Amino acid sequence: MKQLTLVQAINDALRVALEHDPRVIVLGEDVGRNGGVFRATEGLWETFGDDRVIDTPLAEAGIVGTSIGMAINGLKPVAEIQFLSFIYPGIEQIITHAARLRTRTQGNHPASLVIRAPYGGGIRAPELHCDSTESLFVHIPGLKVVTPATPRDAKGLLLAAINDPDPVIYLEPMRLYRSVREEVPEGWVEVPLGKARKVREGDELTVIAWGAMVPVASEAALQWERQGVSCDVIDLRSLYPLDEETIIESVKKTGRVVIVHEAPKTAGLGAELTALINEQAFLYLEAPVARVTGYDVPVPMYALEDAFRPDVKRVSQAIEQVLAFE
Amino acid sequence: MIGQLNKEMVQYVTPEGYLTEQGRSCWRALPDESKLQFYRWMTMVRLFDRRAVLLQRQGRIGTYAPLEGQEAAQVGSALALSQADWIFPSYREHGVAMVAGMPLSQIFLYWMGRVEGCEAPEGVRLMPPYVPIATQIPQAVGAAWAAKLRGEESVAVAYFGDGATSEGDFHEGCNFAGVFQVPVILFCQNNGYAISVPFSRQSATETVAEKTAAYAFEGVRVDGNDVLAVYDAMRQAVAKAKTGGGPTLIEAVTYRKGSHTTADDAKRYRPEAEVKEWVEQKDPLQRYVRLLKAEGLLSDADESAWEAECKERIDLGIREAESATPPPATHMFEHVYAQMGPNEWRQRQQCEQGGGQVG
Ligand SMILES: Cc1ncc(C[n+]2csc(CCOP(=O)(O)OP(=O)(O)O)c2C)c(N)n1
Ligand SMILES: [Mg+2]
Repeated sequence: MKQLTLVQAINDALRVALEHDPRVIVLGEDVGRNGGVFRATEGLWETFGDDRVIDTPLAEAGIVGTSIGMAINGLKPVAEIQFLSFIYPGIEQIITHAARLRTRTQGNHPASLVIRAPYGGGIRAPELHCDSTESLFVHIPGLKVVTPATPRDAKGLLLAAINDPDPVIYLEPMRLYRSVREEVPEGWVEVPLGKARKVREGDELTVIAWGAMVPVASEAALQWERQGVSCDVIDLRSLYPLDEETIIESVKKTGRVVIVHEAPKTAGLGAELTALINEQAFLYLEAPVARVTGYDVPVPMYALEDAFRPDVKRVSQAIEQVLAFE
Repeated sequence: MIGQLNKEMVQYVTPEGYLTEQGRSCWRALPDESKLQFYRWMTMVRLFDRRAVLLQRQGRIGTYAPLEGQEAAQVGSALALSQADWIFPSYREHGVAMVAGMPLSQIFLYWMGRVEGCEAPEGVRLMPPYVPIATQIPQAVGAAWAAKLRGEESVAVAYFGDGATSEGDFHEGCNFAGVFQVPVILFCQNNGYAISVPFSRQSATETVAEKTAAYAFEGVRVDGNDVLAVYDAMRQAVAKAKTGGGPTLIEAVTYRKGSHTTADDAKRYRPEAEVKEWVEQKDPLQRYVRLLKAEGLLSDADESAWEAECKERIDLGIREAESATPPPATHMFEHVYAQMGPNEWRQRQQCEQGGGQVG
C-alpha cells in the first residue's frame, strides 16, 4: 500500500477509474496539461490523452450540461468544478436536470455522473473561494452528496461515486488536501455511499462532523477524553443519503449531541440532523442538540476566517455546555 | 465595425518603439504631460506589482494575482476614463484601480485578506474585484443601462480576461448591451491564457473582437502592449458611448509575464520561447520608454527619479496597510444587512465571547 495525501488519493482513484472503465471521462478547467490547480488530476492527461482528460472552456454551465449529455449517451463523466464557490453558473443544470432526469425519463436516461469540487476554507485562499454550500445540494432530491475526511475515504468514496448510478456531488475539503498521509489500498476499492465512519468511540456524547471539521471535532473529543469524558465522533462521509442507523444508534447510547459544520448555521445540514434526531431518538435525549457552525454571514476574507470557522475551542465549549445540561 | 468580422489589430507604437502612421497623428494631438502620464503610471504599476509578488513570498500578503506585462492595457484604458465612469474590475486590475484613485494601501489590504481593502474612496466609482469569472459583465451593462435611463453622462467598463468570454454571463451581457444599446465598454485583456488553458481551447474564433458581430456592436482589437493604441481605442469608445453610439468591446492583446497567481507555476503550461518573446521583445513599458527617449521627453535621470518616487509611495502604502488596525472578529457581522436582526445580533455576541454558540 502507498502512503498518500487526500489529494493524491483522489488522483489515484481517478487513475484507477480511467484504467478500469473506458466510459470514464475527466473534464474541467485546467485538469489536463496543468493537472488541476490543486494537482488532483496530475499526470492523467499525459497517460490517458486529450479525449479522456479534457481541458474545457471556462464555463461551469457548459461543463455540467455537457457532462449530463455525455452521461445520457453512454459515457461516465467525472467533472471538476475548480472551486465549489464557482459552481453557481452550473446550478441550473444540476438542480433542474442532473437531479431529475431519472424521474423525468422514468429511469431511461439518468444523469449518472460525478461532480468533484474543492470546498471550504482554512487555506488563506483569496476572496470568494471558500464557500461551504453543501446543504444546497443535500436539499435537492435526486442528488447524492459525499465528502471525505481521510485519504482512504477519498479514494473509496470517489470510486463508489463513479460506480454509482445516480449523480453524485463529491466535495473535497481543501483544508485536508495535504494535511495527512495514510496508507491507501491499491486498485479499485470502494467505500459505500450512505455509510458514516466512527472516528472515536465513547459513551457520553456524540459529535457529528464531516469534511474539514472532522479533525477539529476529533481533537476536541480527545481533549475531553483526557479529562475522563468519552465521546463518539462520527464522520458522516455521506451527507446524502445519511447513515441514519449509525447516527441514531450513537444518540441512543449517549443522549447528548454536538453537530459541527463550517457552513453558516441557518438551514445548514445541522438543522436537518437535529430534526432527524428529534424524530427518531427524542426520548433518548438528555440535552438539546447543539450546533457549532460558521456564523450567518458571508464567508469573510481570510483575515477573519479563523474566527468564522469552528475551532477546537468552540467545539470543546459546546461539549461542555451539553454535558452540563440537566 | 459592426456586423463584420474584424481581426485586424490596431497598433500605434511598434515593439521597437516606433510610431506607426496611425500612431503619429494620435501622438501629435497629445500634450506632453499626457504622454508622460502613460509612462509614470505604467512604471508605478509595474513596481507595485513586483513588490506585491515579493511581499507574498515573504508571507506579508496572501496569494496574489500579478499583472506584469499588462500595464499598457490597464493604464491606457483607465486613463481614458473620467470620475463619472463606473469600473467593474476583475482580480487582476490593480493598475486600473490605482489610476482610478484607489490608494495603494487599500489594494495591499485586499490581498492581506482584509475586507476594508474592497472599499474605494468616496467619489471613486470602482467596484471591488470580481473573482467569479465574467460576473461583472452583466453588472457593468446594468450600470451603463441605468446611466442611459437616468440621463447621466457616464459609461461603465467591465474588465475581464479571455477566459471570461466562455461564460454565459459574457454572452448574456453582450446581448443585453446590443439590444438596449447601452453605454458600456467591455474591455477584454486577452493574455492568451485562462490559468493554463490557451485561448484556442477557449474559443474556436481567432479573436475576441469578432464575437461582437453576433451582438451587432463594434469589436476592436488593439495591441494591448501599446499604451497609446489602447488609450485611443478607449477614448473613442467612451466618446461614442457618451453620444448615444452604444457599446464597444475592446480586445487588448497582451500577455502576463508571470504566473496566473503566486500559487501557480506557468512553466507547466507555457512554452519557454513564447514567454521569452513576449518578455524580451514585446514589453509594454520598454517600448514606450524607447519612444519617449527618442522623442526627447524622458532622460535616464528622469527615469531613476520617478522610479525612486514610486518606490517611496509603494513603501508608504505598505506601511499604511500593515499598520492599519485590524478590525475585531465581530466585524464580519457588519454590513451584512442594512440593519442587524436578532439572529445576527445573538451570533455576534457569541463570536465576541470567542465561541460556544449553543442554542
Ligand atoms: C466562475 C469561475 N470559474 C472558475 C474560476 C477559477 N479561475 C480563476 S481565474 C481563472 C482563469 C481566468 O482567465 P481569464 O478570464 O483569461 O483571466 P486572466 O486570469 O487571464 O486575467 C479561473 C478558471 C473562477 N474564479 N470563477
Ligand atoms: Mg487570460
